[in-house]
Amino acid sequence: MANALAPQKNMTIGEGGLSLALVGLAILSIVIAAKAYTPEYAFHAYLFAAASIAAVFAVINRYFERPAERPALVNADGRPNYNMGPVKFATIAAVFWGIAGFAVGLYIALELAFPGLNFAQWFNFGRLRPLHTSAVIFAFGGNVLIATSFYVVQRTCRARLAGDLAPWFVVLGYNFFILIAGTGYLLGITQSKEYAEPEWYSDLWLTIVWVTYFLVFLGTIMRRTEPHIYVANWFYLAFIVTIAVLHLGNNATVPVSIFSPKSYIVWSGVQDAMVQWWYGHNAVGFFLTAGFLAIMYYFIPKRADRPVYSYRLSIIHFWALIFLYIWAGPHHLHYTALPDWAQTLGMTFSIMLWMPSWGGMINGIMTLSGAWDKLRTDPVLRMMVVSVAFYGMSTFEGPMMSVKIVNSLSHYTDWTIGHVHSGALGWVAYISFGAIYCLVPWLWNRRLYSLKLVNWHFWISTIGIVLYITAMWVSGILQGLMWRAYTSLGFLEYSFVETVEAMHPFYVIRALGGFLFLCGALIMVFNLWKTVNSEAVAGEAELQLQPAE
Amino acid sequence: MAEEHKQIDPITGTATTGHEWDGLRELNTPLPRWWLWLFYLTIVWAIGYWIVYPAWPLIHNSTQGLFGYHSRDAVVEDLDALHAQRGPMMAKLGSATTAEILADPQLLDFARAQGRVAFADNCAPCHGAGGGGTKGYPNLNDDDWLWGGKIADIEQTIRFGARAGNDQGRQGNMPPFTGVLKPAEISNVADYVRSLSGLSTEAGADLAAGKKVFADNCAVCHGDNAKGNRELGSANLTDRIWLYGSDKEAIVDGIEKGHGGVMPTWDGRLSEPVIKSLAVYVYSFGGGEK
Amino acid sequence: MSVWQKHAILEKNSIILVIGILLVIAVGGLVEIVPLFYLKNTIEKVDGVRPYTPLELAGRNIYVREGCYLCHSQMIRPLRDEVERYGHYSLAAESMYDHPFQWGSKRTGPDLARVGGKYSDAWHRDHLRDPRSVVPGSVMPDYGFLAKTDLDYKHIAADMKVQALLGTPYTPEMIEDAAKDVQVQASTDNPDAADLTKRYPKAIARDFDGNPARVTEADALIAYLQMLGTEVDFKMYDDKANIR
Ligand code: HEC
Ligand code: HEC
Ligand code: HEC
Ligand code: HEM
Ligand code: HEM
Ligand SMILES: [Ca+2]
Ligand SMILES: [Ca+2]
Ligand SMILES: [Cu+2]
Repeated sequence: MANALAPQKNMTIGEGGLSLALVGLAILSIVIAAKAYTPEYAFHAYLFAAASIAAVFAVINRYFERPAERPALVNADGRPNYNMGPVKFATIAAVFWGIAGFAVGLYIALELAFPGLNFAQWFNFGRLRPLHTSAVIFAFGGNVLIATSFYVVQRTCRARLAGDLAPWFVVLGYNFFILIAGTGYLLGITQSKEYAEPEWYSDLWLTIVWVTYFLVFLGTIMRRTEPHIYVANWFYLAFIVTIAVLHLGNNATVPVSIFSPKSYIVWSGVQDAMVQWWYGHNAVGFFLTAGFLAIMYYFIPKRADRPVYSYRLSIIHFWALIFLYIWAGPHHLHYTALPDWAQTLGMTFSIMLWMPSWGGMINGIMTLSGAWDKLRTDPVLRMMVVSVAFYGMSTFEGPMMSVKIVNSLSHYTDWTIGHVHSGALGWVAYISFGAIYCLVPWLWNRRLYSLKLVNWHFWISTIGIVLYITAMWVSGILQGLMWRAYTSLGFLEYSFVETVEAMHPFYVIRALGGFLFLCGALIMVFNLWKTVNSEAVAGEAELQLQPAE
Repeated sequence: MAEEHKQIDPITGTATTGHEWDGLRELNTPLPRWWLWLFYLTIVWAIGYWIVYPAWPLIHNSTQGLFGYHSRDAVVEDLDALHAQRGPMMAKLGSATTAEILADPQLLDFARAQGRVAFADNCAPCHGAGGGGTKGYPNLNDDDWLWGGKIADIEQTIRFGARAGNDQGRQGNMPPFTGVLKPAEISNVADYVRSLSGLSTEAGADLAAGKKVFADNCAVCHGDNAKGNRELGSANLTDRIWLYGSDKEAIVDGIEKGHGGVMPTWDGRLSEPVIKSLAVYVYSFGGGEK
Repeated sequence: MSVWQKHAILEKNSIILVIGILLVIAVGGLVEIVPLFYLKNTIEKVDGVRPYTPLELAGRNIYVREGCYLCHSQMIRPLRDEVERYGHYSLAAESMYDHPFQWGSKRTGPDLARVGGKYSDAWHRDHLRDPRSVVPGSVMPDYGFLAKTDLDYKHIAADMKVQALLGTPYTPEMIEDAAKDVQVQASTDNPDAADLTKRYPKAIARDFDGNPARVTEADALIAYLQMLGTEVDFKMYDDKANIR
């Protein structure tokens, strides 16, 4: 007998609307697949159709399974009813894509050392390299950012994540974007803008996902029960908002037809170059820096159990950083056909960016004052602090490379690659590993399986990083010097291929470094696997403060 | 309000701001002085740099800077300085003919020094690192020349190329003979050509017929004695040096499809002194003719 | 109220914080990008730069698809060693019809801005098929499949229409004849080649891939490589003319 008091179960506008929209998308995709200009595009259209249909089933199924009432914002005990499902998903996705991205990095490193490995068009260096950069930055880094931002914003606002289906739409939609982008590269679908390679339809999809992401994040902040917005959330907000602006500006494009995967960028030549590096540099500044600084601002004080070093420094370095970063793009275009005035601006603003960047490093490292001893006992904290040190190093190196004289040597060489990976491996990946080592036990209510294995991970991958970046510094500077070397009579000393041949030993060393880094990450996967499959721990409070033995 | 929650952190002795999020607090530490001063310093430096160099965009142009520096001016100056550094030898190289360069040992050394990397960057991709050549790209070390091994011939070939669309370059192709000759005729003449340099011939090959085909079709270019004609660039077929390979298959293929390797024109791409230097550099590989 | 306390306004109002962020990040981009569209000296006035022929455009799309820009720059910097090695420094005008630009940021292989005419088609064929057969020390991948794949140029006119919309001076006639122009340019001694060069001055028409029977992707890519950097006649160029 139906209980008259039980509320009637209704489909929400979100559930109904989303289902309808997805059905529409599925139909559109099938039409496009039928008339697509290329089989590769048809394949993508079918993927869109299949994913939409699967999502509709999932939404309807969820509707039947769920209780009539929407989940409460607050639990019976008065504490917020956090929504951690999407966070868990994004954490797992991050680990998965991380391994994939590092493995592809290792493979392209080997291709440069042993070119015979380019055995088929789909796996040629030119197609795999964007797969690597997107897999590590957007798939690995992006999922880490989504996972941590959804975690941090809930905890520091003491509010449940805004939206019901929306957070799931963000994580699943984002990972679907990655799938389309990545398979596209292998099949030769790219618009060739570095770090913005996906074609117009993936860009459109990402725009929808990203706007939802922004709304969920902002909505959660607006729901907060704390009067102030915590500093980590300023950084997350700046990251989400700015990436949206950059994405729209750099991907302004006109498709050849709705049935063609190909589009042409609205900008051309020198203007396109400037727009590209306005985007590219700030993808570094807001994706790889602001976003990960947000992670630092939550996880380091949490793990060290210390207050953030300086609130005032947070304010100044936050605003200075986001204001100055935007200007620095032209340091990627020194001595090109970009007019001199723009190069000057790019260079000077990069120099002014040095201290605001170091403000973040100071706030991260000095937060440990009074807790330095923990570095000895807690390899997770050590990983995060070393990561901040790497951040400091690459934000010193970056301004130095922005000086035109230095850039005339470093540009086009492996020095840039060394700089990238000291930032990418040392900073981005290490702070991510640290956050993941914290998150997994918290999310699954488990004790971390082994701190000793974290220690192994730390040391193996640190050796890997050191091999990688020193090899690239040497090869980069060597190559730059060889290109410009003159004999005593005043003639060029080396031909181009001689410089290519000189790189070989360093490419081998770099690959070895990458291999070690990958091994470290695999140790992490094992450790996390064991953690999740261990017995649950009762109290949450105990877990939060569980770090060192 | 928040003031009440302010605490003094026992370890650093600094006050917190009084807020707390999920157990996280912030110290109200003042900005580190050294940090602030370095920040100011970079700003002052940037302002100075803007005054000196082109920097801010205006309505019609950008600010130009006090020194009038522009990267496109600077490279012209650098190149001039480079030419000056190369000294009087460079001026001599500019005015001398290649024959005069060969006659002056000092100038020759200088020119070869210039030719070395120019060769490695521009010619080696075809002719090989030491000029040894590969299939389709002639060996420049030996004394077998398609177009002549005197310094003037070599210079001419380099400057204007062969069959590269330059009117002053070397012209003339070997036409394809598919359709003109029957397969049997092609097979015979190929064996005949091999016999000229003492290579084995296929059992059953009719060399006499081959010889006839040769006289009727090939001798116009390769000469009655098959020693080639440098006016036409037609290869010497008697010397056991093969541009496209000596096996019968390669020869038959060449007769069927014709030949006409393209050597690019370097006039306009490389400067005059570089072209001259390359000519004497190649000449001094050892195969040069007097 | 101290400065630090004023900041509380932003910390307590998420919308104001978002607006603040938007304002702060808008400035730099606007100041650096907008003038490039209105300052007349950004793109030099030089003769010779023309839109790509349909075959070259198709070749360029293959260049983009294969990610050649990840190893090759197309931007010679005004530095003496680069000018000596690769030729005159690149002008902005030379890439003004490039959607998107292909200047690149890494030189694993040499700059290609002036590679047009440097080698023969036959060399490019050999080199693309097996780079190490001609340059033993090369680390470039093999692209043998290009010569085996027919060029898909059914829709090339649509591509040109989009570019025309974005400001590339393609005339209706050029767009109409696009597919025919592909065939003409990919064949040796075609009687219609004169028409092609009327529309696209200095365009080279010949069978680029050594297989007259087919128009392959190698035809298109080599046609593109062979025109790179050949449009501006630097014998006539005045180095003082475009200082900016
Ligand atoms: C695209 C490939 C290519 C490049 C690059 C190239 N060559 Fe050649 N070169 C050839 C070919 C093919 C021939 C033979 C032409 C023929 O078959 O008639 C040739 C012929 C020559 C000859 C005449 C050989 C003879 O037997 O008469 C000389 C000398 C020469 N090259 C020098 C150079 C120099 C010097 C450079 C660099 C500045 C250079 N080549 C660059 C392909 C090339
Ligand atoms: C119109 C002139 C012409 C005629 C006719 C001609 N040849 Fe040639 N042949 C050439 C030229 C020029 C070359 C060199 C092409 C090059 O260097 O790329 C050549 C090259 C060759 C080679 C390659 C030599 C090597 O070193 O690999 C062979 C073999 C040859 N010819 C055989 C023949 C035979 C057999 C015939 C008659 C059936 C013939 N040619 C008719 C002009 C001609
Ligand atoms: C893994 C890096 C890599 C990729 C990807 C690559 N190249 Fe190369 N490329 C090289 C290297 C190294 C050289 C120098 C050695 C040589 O000549 O092979 C080179 C040389 C060249 C040259 C000769 C340039 C000169 O002036 O000597 C051309 C032309 C060229 N590549 C075209 C291409 C094209 C077109 C593509 C894409 C379809 C491509 N490359 C992709 C590495 C690469
Ligand atoms: C196992 C670890 C890794 C290896 C072996 C590796 C290897 C490589 C290689 C070989 C390249 C191409 C360099 C070239 O073109 O010469 C590259 C590029 C790049 N990688 Fe990695 N990588 C690794 C991890 C990462 C991570 C974790 C990130 C980012 C979070 C990253 C970001 C990038 C970026 C941004 C580039 C492009 C650099 C540029 O264009 O200047 N990589 N990597
Ligand atoms: C103050 C901070 C920084 C400045 C001023 C700076 C400056 C530079 C410069 C000058 C280049 C070389 C451009 C070229 O010659 O092509 C570069 C490249 C790069 N930097 Fe930084 N950098 C900074 C911090 C970072 C950080 C923290 C990362 C994090 C991962 C990073 C990632 C990259 C990447 C990925 C590239 C390669 C771009 C490309 O060519 O594809 N940078 N940076
Ligand atoms: Ca790059
Ligand atoms: Ca063809
Ligand atoms: Cu940058």
